[in-house]
Amino acid sequence: MNNQGVDKSKRQFLTSALTVVGAVGTGYLAVPFLAQMQPSVKAMAAGAPVDVDISKMEPGQLLRVAWRGKPVWILMRTPEVLATLKTLDNELRDPLSEESIQPEYSKNLYRSIKPELFVAIGICTHLGCSPTFRPELAPADLGDKWKGGFFCPCHGSWFDLAGRVYRGVPAPTNLEIPPYRYVTENQLIIGETSQEASA
Amino acid sequence: MKPSRLTLCGEWILERFPITKLWEEHMAHYYAPKNFNFWYFFGSLALLVLVNQILTGILLTMNYKPDAKLAFDSVEYIMREVNWGWLIRYMHSTGSSAFFIVVYLHMFRGLMYGSFKHPRELIWIFGMCIFVALMAEAFMGYLLPWGQMSYWGAQVIISLFSAIPVIGDDLSLWVRGDYVISDATLNRFFAFHVIAVPLVLVMLVFLHIVALHEVGSNNPDGVEIKKQKDANGIPLDGIPFHPYYTVKDIVGVAVFLIFFSVVIFYMPEMNGFFLEHANFIPADPMKTPEHIAPVWYFTPFYSVLRAIPDKFAGVIGMGGAIVVLFLLPWLDRGHVKSVRYRGGIYKKALFLFVVSFIILGYLGTQPPTPVSTVIARICTAIYFGFFLLMPVYTRWEKLKAVPTRVTEQPTLEDRLRDAKKIYEEVTIVLPATPEQATSPLAKCTFFRRRPNPAGLRNAAKRFAKILKTSLD
Repeated sequence: MNNQGVDKSKRQFLTSALTVVGAVGTGYLAVPFLAQMQPSVKAMAAGAPVDVDISKMEPGQLLRVAWRGKPVWILMRTPEVLATLKTLDNELRDPLSEESIQPEYSKNLYRSIKPELFVAIGICTHLGCSPTFRPELAPADLGDKWKGGFFCPCHGSWFDLAGRVYRGVPAPTNLEIPPYRYVTENQLIIGETSQEASA
Repeated sequence: MKPSRLTLCGEWILERFPITKLWEEHMAHYYAPKNFNFWYFFGSLALLVLVNQILTGILLTMNYKPDAKLAFDSVEYIMREVNWGWLIRYMHSTGSSAFFIVVYLHMFRGLMYGSFKHPRELIWIFGMCIFVALMAEAFMGYLLPWGQMSYWGAQVIISLFSAIPVIGDDLSLWVRGDYVISDATLNRFFAFHVIAVPLVLVMLVFLHIVALHEVGSNNPDGVEIKKQKDANGIPLDGIPFHPYYTVKDIVGVAVFLIFFSVVIFYMPEMNGFFLEHANFIPADPMKTPEHIAPVWYFTPFYSVLRAIPDKFAGVIGMGGAIVVLFLLPWLDRGHVKSVRYRGGIYKKALFLFVVSFIILGYLGTQPPTPVSTVIARICTAIYFGFFLLMPVYTRWEKLKAVPTRVTEQPTLEDRLRDAKKIYEEVTIVLPATPEQATSPLAKCTFFRRRPNPAGLRNAAKRFAKILKTSLD
């Protein structure tokens, strides 16, 4: 062996080349490893629309159905409730739903297609709890300001009966409205938008 | 004499594996300061609980089913039908709370005696990594029974990721593997809980101990014992870890096991603190329980989250409450380690910090009300103030002189004698009435003692004086 013959620059080149090739290979391998944690094809396909029969709903009644594993609320609102909703704008964070998620046809005062019938995803926009339905006026635990609405037990967010969030609570936006359409007067499909509306 | 087969066998191993060298370096010739007090039990107790969690965890996986349809029932099956299943599960569930109790006390010990300071910064960093891994481990383990609290607790915590701008929603979707907490989430949390995080934990514990044995243990006086060595290079204030501290730790283990068994056998749910009541109802994605709260060891951080009335800022606050702990070695500018020789300002700050931490922890178990939110905001301010104002107030400290050798604390006999002196000072003995003089208790003065105002005043004055010099 002769010690003078060591070509350091070649060694350096081989080390660098191996580092680069190794890093690229690790990068490629990371893709399947990380991507396998994404929702599977089966989980993505599970979001089929849901049929709901609303013919038997009474005014003031709340119906809960599951869509994509989430609770969806269907609420038949009374004329008094609709009158109250008009008066709340000053207390709400996003009264016109400018920053909230809803289909175009629900972006109105009542956040619904027909004023009486309210459809929303029952998941708080703060950290994903399901708020409780509290239609009564000024109950002891919530105080005089409560005009009926949804109260999140986890972190105390307030929503009115159109799912609009009050000021000064942790939830950032109004409750999300899912796409839905009327098939007939008394039948809803949740998870689908009608042809005319989307066109 | 011919060597026995056993000796030959031992030699065969020693030529190939440095077992005596390891034993001597880390046990028989690892010199620890001789003045450890009871605060120094919690490190070895944490190791004991880790072993308990691994053993009982392995046994639980033999009957547990990580499937959204089967998980809840398989836990009930372990509780009711597996032989001794209830004991193993309660050892595991109580063990997780015990783990946090000993780790919190272990961390407080570090805060008190400055064990995070130069040259032990890296030990503190490894320790904080253990704490974070432990929180991940506990959080993922809590989903596995698939009760209401498991489900909604996980829903809330995973939603924390969605508060991160831009990537948040995709990140929380990636963590869940579905649009909601589902079977996919349960299955992957099982994988993380039983293999990924425990491996990381064991590795971090190894690094924590290697780093500790490199620089040596701190002690209640905060004196570096390696600075004073005898002719053989052995620290004058050091004693070999084995047998001195191995034997001492066994006493700690015995006391710990008494408390641990009382909880396991008589109050395994700890009135909803160790196992929450709502978790005995199977997970229902359609309905959130009336009141949801994390298990007690997360509640201080949960209170910080709730106290801040903005989603993203709340998440930052909660994460920040843990991140500041990592920065502690560089925030503290005082040059004295132990609280015994630090200025009063640090003692007061540490006291306020502990009080606010406990209040935050209590509030986190309660439903939010306007009053409690205000209190939580004040305590959050104190929590962050303790750390972030540290570079300022530790400069103003009036430090006391640190001895060169470790000090000797009064023994139990000394303390009892002092207590008796004070007892005699603050009371006076009334003369015995005739019937007392004839009773069998005539010699006992306990029932004839009355408070002595002058003695009480003197003792109170002395106490106030000591407190003042200590807090100066």
